Amino acid sequence: MKSFRILNRNIRDSFKSVFRNFSLSLASVSCTTITLIVVSLSIMLSLNVNNFTDIIEKNVTAVAFLDSDIEPEQIEKIYDKILTLDNIECGDVINKYCENVQPMDKMTISKEMMDSSDVLKRVMGEWDREESPIQDTIQVKVVDINLMSKTAKEIEQIDGVDIVKYGAGTIEKLVSTFVVVRKISIVAVIALVIVTAFLIANTIKITIMSRRKEIEIMRLVGASNINIRLPFIFEGLILGILGSIIPIIISIYGYTTIYNHLDGHVITPLIKLIPPTPFVYYISLAIVVIGMVVGMFASARAVRKYLKI
Amino acid sequence: MDLIMIRDVKKTYKTGTTAIYDLNLNIKKGEFMFIIGSTGCGKSTLIKMLYREEKPTSGKIIVGGLDVGKIRNRKVYKLRRKIGVVFQDYLLLPNLTAYENVAYALEVLGLPKEEIHTKVMKVLDLVGLKNKAKQYPNHLSGGEQQRVAIARAIVNGPKILICDEPTGNLDPKTSMEIMEVLEAINELGTTIIMVTHDIDIVKKLKKRVVLLDSGRVVKDYKAGEYKNEKL
Ligand SMILES: Nc1ncnc2c1ncn2[C@@H]1O[C@H](COP(=O)(O)OP(=O)(O)OP(=O)(O)O)[C@@H](O)[C@H]1O
Ligand SMILES: [Mg+2]
Repeated sequence: MKSFRILNRNIRDSFKSVFRNFSLSLASVSCTTITLIVVSLSIMLSLNVNNFTDIIEKNVTAVAFLDSDIEPEQIEKIYDKILTLDNIECGDVINKYCENVQPMDKMTISKEMMDSSDVLKRVMGEWDREESPIQDTIQVKVVDINLMSKTAKEIEQIDGVDIVKYGAGTIEKLVSTFVVVRKISIVAVIALVIVTAFLIANTIKITIMSRRKEIEIMRLVGASNINIRLPFIFEGLILGILGSIIPIIISIYGYTTIYNHLDGHVITPLIKLIPPTPFVYYISLAIVVIGMVVGMFASARAVRKYLKI
Repeated sequence: MDLIMIRDVKKTYKTGTTAIYDLNLNIKKGEFMFIIGSTGCGKSTLIKMLYREEKPTSGKIIVGGLDVGKIRNRKVYKLRRKIGVVFQDYLLLPNLTAYENVAYALEVLGLPKEEIHTKVMKVLDLVGLKNKAKQYPNHLSGGEQQRVAIARAIVNGPKILICDEPTGNLDPKTSMEIMEVLEAINELGTTIIMVTHDIDIVKKLKKRVVLLDSGRVVKDYKAGEYKNEKL
């Protein structure tokens, strides 16, 4: 009951003091707002780049073209050999084949091609398995895209494989660029959060410095250290929450608008943006948590200085 | 056992200044004691060590059975609740009324509202400020502000009231009024230790007087002994 009354009073005092020290609170809140906007932007950017990389990595497929005179039984052997390679993972089994390694015999390919155009249907309809110029293929998705060229070479070594094709060069470049961007953006987000912490801590420190007298009096009348700190910690919390309001609004509306404007993808439909829901809500949650935690720690630290003897 | 015992206390500040040398002093419960001495002789340092604003470099200070030097930082508040402190510059919060300033000391302890009200009104009555409870400090005279500060210091019923030049900013008449308040508090059983430069007050009240010089007790006059000595 007693500690509840003290807590109650602390919370009440924190709210009061946010308004009483209005100009300083405004300074803290604006500082928090600006840095949190930047933090939010960089988190969203970073996560999207991450997402691009994932999408590309998941979708890059190498195609092994098999020798034209190959027998269907041999295809199974090649298939099994590919599965033993290091960079290949089976994944789920779909129609008795692994999802990451899918054979397509030439008749299936022909049929697909014929379905797509009448001209092709007329030309190709005559061919049987022997005379078709189309090759049997095995489509392969690898675990690590950076080892794609090595794996492609290994597959080419297998007896009965004619040639392996994939977006050699460009894919690797694109992915490695994204990997660099991702690394940079992660570092940037961490750096920004630290900078934010310092900025907020400093602003709050100034707020508290102007209230040394209050702390001195609290100490004098026998308030325990935790009781002196609590109102300031709550105050930091309130300032952090206030400072995250505008960044959250900007994140939600800004991201949704950009997403709709770009139709959900950048440059090619392959590079998809993360859909706004629930993404923006997670971002908002992250922002408010960063604001609260940084605000609390900043003010807790700032008061501690005045509690030592 | 005396309420306050100071044994071989020495205080050297981080700057290298030694403010107190090998000081010994006993103060009994209910006593009213003045500490006098020229500027910089260590008066404030001595009383700061009593309420643990400073720690003695060596020696021992016992206040109400507590070894002050050994109290951990986190526990200092327990000592502070037994000691009221009043300064020359009142140290009131300007945005709180007289009543709120006094109540502040009890809110910090988590007392219920009704109890706070009863205690605050009683103590404001004692210092003669019952009718100014709703005034803000900048609407009060210096003497009145000091009464608020005294009320705040004693509202919690401390055993000891420490005053560092409480009349330093007040004219002689107002100073005497403050002294009457302090005497009344002393008569209710509170031990009072008061640092002052005001020799007229010291002579008039005829209490125990401790004279410090360069961090040492050079004279300890019993109540009524102090006459017209030169400082
Ligand atoms: N926080 C401190 N750090 C370093 N030195 C200090 C500190 N406080 C006081 N001193 C030094 O200790 C000595 C005693 O100071 P103190 O304040 O106790 O004197 P005083 O008797 O109260 O003087 P006054 O009558 O002017 O108030 C002085 O030389 C002063 O400069
Ligand atoms: Mg002094």
